[in-house]
Order: sequence, then structure tokens, then C-alpha cells
Amino acid sequence: MTQEEVKPTTAIQPHPDAEELNPFRGVDFSKLERSLRRPRTLLSVLFSGIITVMTLLAMIPLFSVVGLLLWRGGRKLSIAAFTQLPPAPLDLNGGFGNAILGTLVIVGMATLISVPIGIFSAIFLAQSKSDNRLASSVRFAAKVLTGFPSILAGVFAYGLVVTATGGYSAIAGAVALSILMLPTILLTAEDAIRMVPSKMKEAAIGMGATDAQTVWMVLLPTAVPGILTGVMLAIARGAGETAPLLFTSLFSNYWLIWHGHVKLMQPTASLAVLIYNFAGMPYANQEEMAWAAALVLVLMVLAANLIGQILSRKQVDSNKQG
Amino acid sequence: MPVEIQISQPPTRVQTVIDNAFRAVCQGFAWLAVAIAIFIVLKIVIAALPAIHQYGFGFLTGRVWDPHKRVYSILPEIWGTLYSSVFALILGTAFGLAAAVFLAEGFVADAVFGLLKSVKLQFHPVWGKLPAQVDNLFRNLIELLAAIPSVVYGLWGLFVVIPLIRPACDWLHTELGWFPLFSTNLSGPGMLPAVIVLSIMILPTITAISRGALVAVPSRLRMAAYGLGATRWETILAVTAPSASRGIFGGVVLAFGRALGETMALAMLLGNANVISISLFSPANTLAALLANAFPEAGPKDVGVLMYAATALLAITLVVNAAGAFILKSTSVDPEGELEGRKA
Repeated sequence: MTQEEVKPTTAIQPHPDAEELNPFRGVDFSKLERSLRRPRTLLSVLFSGIITVMTLLAMIPLFSVVGLLLWRGGRKLSIAAFTQLPPAPLDLNGGFGNAILGTLVIVGMATLISVPIGIFSAIFLAQSKSDNRLASSVRFAAKVLTGFPSILAGVFAYGLVVTATGGYSAIAGAVALSILMLPTILLTAEDAIRMVPSKMKEAAIGMGATDAQTVWMVLLPTAVPGILTGVMLAIARGAGETAPLLFTSLFSNYWLIWHGHVKLMQPTASLAVLIYNFAGMPYANQEEMAWAAALVLVLMVLAANLIGQILSRKQVDSNKQG
Repeated sequence: MPVEIQISQPPTRVQTVIDNAFRAVCQGFAWLAVAIAIFIVLKIVIAALPAIHQYGFGFLTGRVWDPHKRVYSILPEIWGTLYSSVFALILGTAFGLAAAVFLAEGFVADAVFGLLKSVKLQFHPVWGKLPAQVDNLFRNLIELLAAIPSVVYGLWGLFVVIPLIRPACDWLHTELGWFPLFSTNLSGPGMLPAVIVLSIMILPTITAISRGALVAVPSRLRMAAYGLGATRWETILAVTAPSASRGIFGGVVLAFGRALGETMALAMLLGNANVISISLFSPANTLAALLANAFPEAGPKDVGVLMYAATALLAITLVVNAAGAFILKSTSVDPEGELEGRKA
């Protein structure tokens, strides 16, 4: 019924000056088609090809490293590698159990040092106003430390701990690593706390919560996944660092825990330093051991990264729900 | 008389005390974070002061490092640090920028989309998500390059890169030996393998920051260029890249800072030789590698000298990093301002 009411459209009469008014008059449409014969188009396609090739080339090292780690490191990997001590020259057995334990202990201690400083400073940063001078200097300090060469963290820990306590130790290594881990934890935690929806914070304040209550009961619980992301990324970075450990925790061929005593003030083995030491040795067994240790180290670092990424997705999800 | 149910109350005395204490603790830790940064710099510089007095400026310009004669100077190391970093930066920037454009402009997604279109699956509920997924995969792969520890890169360089490039380097030396860059033979460790590995290590930094800058360019600009009839690459070169140029530059400077401070790969691949050579195949040394090699065996008197070398490295990296942070800070105003506005 309604359709009948609509008047049939009359055919449009061509305007007398139609040819004059046609905006496309004189345009050769075949010229507008994409053609590789035109230098502009050809150049565009050529550039696209070049950067595709360059991107793929940039990924070759990744596959080469991972493939070699699996191939050369996987062969040597056995239970013994995790339970035995490093081999002496010309010894055909052995493992790097003490280095794995050492890495875990050193990184664990570094985390214990850097997490409280990082998170409490992050709370301060997230709660402070934008013109707060202390806050901007903390941020500046964190940015400076982000680009800080890792070897200089080792130099600092040497000057602070090794010379003071009179010897290389796991604690000196942990101090060096904590400096490198601090900025990641601090800056990520600040972001995570700031990402908590302001509605939640305002609701808490509106109910009469003090600042401390708001932070402990609302902001921190909501921001936990984001904060943990930063901690895991920092752990991943710390576990892979070699340079700061070279002359702080040094290396050791013995177990860190022996007959129930934890020897934190002794030189301590770590996976990264083991790889460095064994890579330079002229023995085949040590070389294989270096590859196996590298595989274990990369798997540990990737696991920490992966946990961090999964947690960061969680944070995004919780924010969407909020 | 209505019963008054009081569910809210002013904070009790204890709660106020806790609140104040908590604020004080947070502020204290913030001060501590700043103090740590200052303390690190001071500690290294002060430990270097005796050596700075003893050896003076000549330490930076001499060429001899001989612990037995107690003659120390680090010009070859400064040269090696700058030379390797600059070369790695050139390589890393070329490939890193290519990857950044590749990822930011959605080349992979377009290719996969085209592929799906040819089999008419581009809007399929499962297959249709593939372009975005492949895009994500590529980005994660590049970021994975940054997750591999530098000592593993050193190991890889030692057993893969050096044997791989050695025949080509030998050929270049015999055929084009007159050219300064090829004037020596690659006898194992040397500048070129170190530069290759170093450039791979800084590539993720350049790619991540440049990609961020390219993505932050408002799409209106891109659309306007396409509307005017520009090809994809005319748009990238004339519109997108110039708009993102400061962000890209900041990323490159930060990558330079990272290259200057990188230690393990260089300590393993450079050959630890105290020479100044322009040749790409000659062994060399850097400040960071010198510290890594000499510190574990240093006696108490050598430590002061090494602290002087550490101070030189500290000064170089601080200047470069501060420059990078400054450039990035002044660029990030625009996109961040837009984000803030959207949030509010």
C-alpha cells in the first residue's frame, strides 16, 4: 500500500548543458586504474617488496637462535644436567644444577629488594598530582635507570657490596640485578595503578575511605595483574643479565646450599655466567653444556615473559568489565 | 523517633595515624628511588676520582693498556664503543624501520586478507580473524628478539655468525683489500660479527618505538593523502613518516644508548684487542667489554682505573639516553594528550 503512494520517479531529463556541467568531463578513466607500468605504482610495489624482505630477514636470527638452541641444547639436556655440578675440563659428564639454583636465588633476592621500592614509589607516583616535583624526579630517575648499561650496575654493586664485605657473593649479584629490575617494576606498576577506573577510586573516597584504605582495598587489588606483569618482565630481564654478575656473584663449581647451610656470602654460580665461561672453553663437552644451559635460560626467560603477557591481558579484561 | 543507623563515620584516630604513616612510607620509598639513582652515579664517579687525579685527561687519549707497566688509557675502547654502536645503529635502524613500517601499515594483515579474499573466506567468522592474528604474531616475534639474553646472542654469534660470514669476509679482503673497511683479515672474532649481532639486539627497540610513533599518527592524515590520490608509499614517505619522525628519532637515540652499554655479545665477539682500526674485520674492544674482561681479575689498584673507564662509559650513555628521553618526551605530548582527552 505504502509503495503505491510513492510516485514513480520520472526519468531525469538531460540538462541542456549536461556536457558542460559534467565534472568528469575530459577524464580518461582508464588512466585512473592501477597499473604497474606507471612509475609511481611500480615504486610503491617495489618498496613494499623491499620492506617485506627486510622484515623477514630480521626474523631469521630469531628462528636461527631458537632452532639451534633446540637442536644443540636439546641433545645434551637430561636429568643429570639439572642435578649435577659443572664438569671439570675433559670430564664428559656433569650438569649445571647449581647454576640454575644460583640464578633462581639471585633473581629471587633481587626481586625482594626491588619490588617494595618499586611498588611503594609507584603508589606515590600514581597518587601524586602532575606538578609534583618529587614525582617527576622519580620518573626521571626511573627513565635514566632504564637505559643504564647493565655492566655499570655491576660496577656499582662491586663498589658498594664486594669491597665492603670483602668478597664476591650472591647478595652483591642481587643488588646489581635489583637496580636493573627497579625501573621496569616502578613504571609498569604506576601505569597499572593509574589504569584502575577512576569511578572505583572516587567511590572509595566517597564512602569516606582514607587514602591508605583506598590504595590497599581498591587500587592495589584491582591493579595486581598489571603490577605482576611488570614484576615478571623485570624477572625475565634480570634472569638473562650476565654482565652485572660477572664480578659480583662471580661463579662457583659448588652448590649454594650445602648440608643445610645457605652460603649467600660465597661466590655463586648462575646460568648466564656459566654460558659465558663455557662458551670460551676449548672442550666439546663444555660447549655442549653451554648450549644446554642457554636453552634452559631462554625457556626460563620466555616463561616469565609469557606469564607477564597473560597477566597483562587479565588486567585489560578486568578494566573492560569495570 | 526515627532510629538513626550510622553506617559511615569519620576515620578513627588509628586509621588517621595509619593513613599518615602509609603516605610517609610511600613518599620515603619515592625519595629512596631518586636517591638510589643519584647514589649509583656518585658512587662510580667518587671511586674513579683518585684515578682521574692520577691519570688525568691523558687516560682518554692514550692508546696503551698495560697493567704490568701500570700504563692505562682507553682511546681504543672509546673508539671501539662508538664505531661498533654507530655501525650497528645504521644496520639496526634500516631493518628496524622497515619492520616498523611493515607492522604499522598492516602489510601482513593486507596480504592475508587478500589471500582469504581469493578463496572468498575474508568475512568467515573464524578465518576472518586471521589477518589480525597474523599481524599480532609478527609483532610478538619481533618483540621476542628482545627477550633473548645477550649472552645467548653471544653464543650464537660465536658458533653461527662467525663461521657463516668468514668465507665472504676472506674473499672481500683478498679481492678488495685496498678498501679501508676490508683492510684486515677476519681471524675469528672481529668487528663485523659483533656489529651484526649488536644490530639484531637493538632492532626490537627501534621497531617497537617507531611502530608506536607510526600508529599514533592520526588516520585522518593518511586518509587525506589517499583521498588526494597518493600511493601507499607516497603517503608513508610524505605524510606518515614525517609526522612520526620525532618519535622514530627518539627511538633510534635510545637504541644507540643501548648499543653503547651492551656488554656480553661484544665481550664474546670483538676479540678483546686493544687496537684502533677502521677495518670491519679487525678485532677491537669496547668500554663495556673492557670492564667485563678486566674487572674479575682486577687487583685493588686496577679497580680505580676501571672505575675511571666506567665513568667515561657512564658519561657517554647518560648524555645519549637523556637526549633520547628528551626527544621522546616532547613528541609524546600529542598522541598522549589525545588519549587523555578520550579517557575524560
